[in-house]
Amino acid sequence: MAGELSVAGADLELIDVRKDFPGFTALDDMDLQIPAGQFFALLGPSGCGKTTTLRIVAGLETPTAGRVLIGGKDITDTKPHDRPVNTVFQSYALFPHMTILENVAFGLRQRKIEDPVTKAQAALDLVELGHIGARRPQQLSGGQQQRVALARALVNRPALLLLDEPLGALDLKLRRQMQIELKAIQMEVGLTFLHVTHDQEEAMDMADTVAVMNKGRIEQMGAPEALYDRPKTAFVARFLGQSDLFIGKVVESNANSVSIEVGGSKITVDKKRAEKHEGTIAIGVRPEKATFHEDKPTLGADHVLIGPGEIIDIRFTGVSNQYLIEIPNIGDVTVFAQNVGKSPVVELGAKVWVSWKVQHSFGLRDLPDGTEDQG
Amino acid sequence: MAFAAFGSSAPAAKGQTKSGRVVLALLLPGLLYLALFFFIPLVSLVMTSLQEPDGSGAIGKYQPALNFGNYVDVVGKYLPQIGRSFGFALVATIIALLISYPLAYYIGVKLRGRPILQRMTLTLVIAPFFISFLLRTIAWKQMLADRSPIIEWAHQVGLLAPDQSFIGSEAAVVFGLIYNFIPFMTLPLYTSLERLDLRYLEAGSDLYASPGRVFRKVTLPLSMPGIISGTLLTFIPIAGDYVNASRDFLGSSRTSMIGTMVDTDFLQTRNYPAASAMSVVLMGLILILVTAYVRRSGTEDLL
Repeated sequence: MAGELSVAGADLELIDVRKDFPGFTALDDMDLQIPAGQFFALLGPSGCGKTTTLRIVAGLETPTAGRVLIGGKDITDTKPHDRPVNTVFQSYALFPHMTILENVAFGLRQRKIEDPVTKAQAALDLVELGHIGARRPQQLSGGQQQRVALARALVNRPALLLLDEPLGALDLKLRRQMQIELKAIQMEVGLTFLHVTHDQEEAMDMADTVAVMNKGRIEQMGAPEALYDRPKTAFVARFLGQSDLFIGKVVESNANSVSIEVGGSKITVDKKRAEKHEGTIAIGVRPEKATFHEDKPTLGADHVLIGPGEIIDIRFTGVSNQYLIEIPNIGDVTVFAQNVGKSPVVELGAKVWVSWKVQHSFGLRDLPDGTEDQG
Repeated sequence: MAFAAFGSSAPAAKGQTKSGRVVLALLLPGLLYLALFFFIPLVSLVMTSLQEPDGSGAIGKYQPALNFGNYVDVVGKYLPQIGRSFGFALVATIIALLISYPLAYYIGVKLRGRPILQRMTLTLVIAPFFISFLLRTIAWKQMLADRSPIIEWAHQVGLLAPDQSFIGSEAAVVFGLIYNFIPFMTLPLYTSLERLDLRYLEAGSDLYASPGRVFRKVTLPLSMPGIISGTLLTFIPIAGDYVNASRDFLGSSRTSMIGTMVDTDFLQTRNYPAASAMSVVLMGLILILVTAYVRRSGTEDLL
């Protein structure tokens, strides 16, 4: 490993990895496979175990149980400095006593790679900071430091690049710009990226595969579009975007669809989009897939219709308006309407019906936290 | 700094002149203190060092003169003491650094998650200060005396040759110096290591540096301010120390240092010009060495 640069990324495999800290379990028998060359995002709220996973892969944390494999080779007991892995730290951790160029050359020097300064300069050029090599980290802006941290990791051509919320400290505009650059660099160098973030937009925007983590486990994993279109658990439905969730007993189940009854209304989901087909289940829909009507519409069986309810809150967010509608016996439902001049102009207190196409419903495997299973 | 503050305020606008006056008012007590208790004594010291005997032949009677020969005399006479002062200071500082660094690292880094233990160990480092410096040194004199259990044991295991004393040797003086000045080394090192961001060390090992190289390339440079202030705080007072090397404490006539000679000249033989000249020489040498050291270590921006 030492003395040569990887030409391509390697795949990463975690087998039954467990990490216990005094008083709590950070990782609960986690299995994970990331194919070489992928941009993989671990998404979850703080404390879900995603950073612990990253630190275990980097070797900065020792798992209580389980194995870690990179490119098929077991590296569980390998020290951090012997792993073909580099990390872009959340705090960047640029050495304050070295120039930018020396920071970037550090890894190359440790591995006694020829011509470290030329290679470091090339890496700085890649992140468009070739002109500031002589400065110190303290003299750089947050965005520049972030790019230096990226260059310092990338220059080593690690089989696996770990990114620990590297964009967290940046403002929105810079973050968008860095997301695009990061993705472009990953495509250019073809390395395997493991990106840890709590920003769902960032994860969906950049990653080929997203794994949503919760309480030390992976709740669901897949392409961003698939995850968004068909969340399988209440946690994913709510963490990845917003969802309107309805809980009720299954009253009808045929070859194609499953229906539940909620507050006198029937809510239907395609059978192949439902994880559970009997008992009390939760069915959800994305707020932008739902529309509301001021008059009760006449819709076929391919639509779900609930209401009437009352608009109790309207929030303007620029591209869309978010309406909160209180429907008696069902609860509060959120509907997003794009501001393209077509949606009905309504005011607070207006009486409306909400509908969406059955094909947009999704049935969950579990119930949201705090709801009792009545089945 | 004071002069810079005045300089910048002079040609500036009215508002800044006002703040310049505030700065002056705040600096005044300090400046007066320095003038009274540092500058005037310094001038008086230099003047005394140039005096010559007044011709009456009485002990301790001198008259103002410009007798630069005093310097030639003392340097010639006390060359071994000068050599010993800086030699002892160098050895004691290096050994104190080697002892203090792991100790400070342990307290400042390893005990971070355990604040109570951290405070307790830190108190233990400072605890000797609760007892007078002289008493502690006399206590060591007792413990290291010829018939003491420690020395008996050292004879038994062969650390000391039969009939060899420890007390009065150069090693005993260096031992006492290290013991008395070690907290001055440990505390600045601790302050520096306590603030050390461990994420830099993680970044170092992530970038293929072995633990040893992480220490040399990351930990050590980042704790340099602590090393510099610790070594200065031990080296300077040790070079001028006159207690440990004195024959009343751990030393003998073979271990006398500059401070011992200043003490003898001033209080016993009442050769005030020689004592003063020796003090000026000590001060000058320390100034030159410290300047060279700070320049050399290249940490002006970290200090």
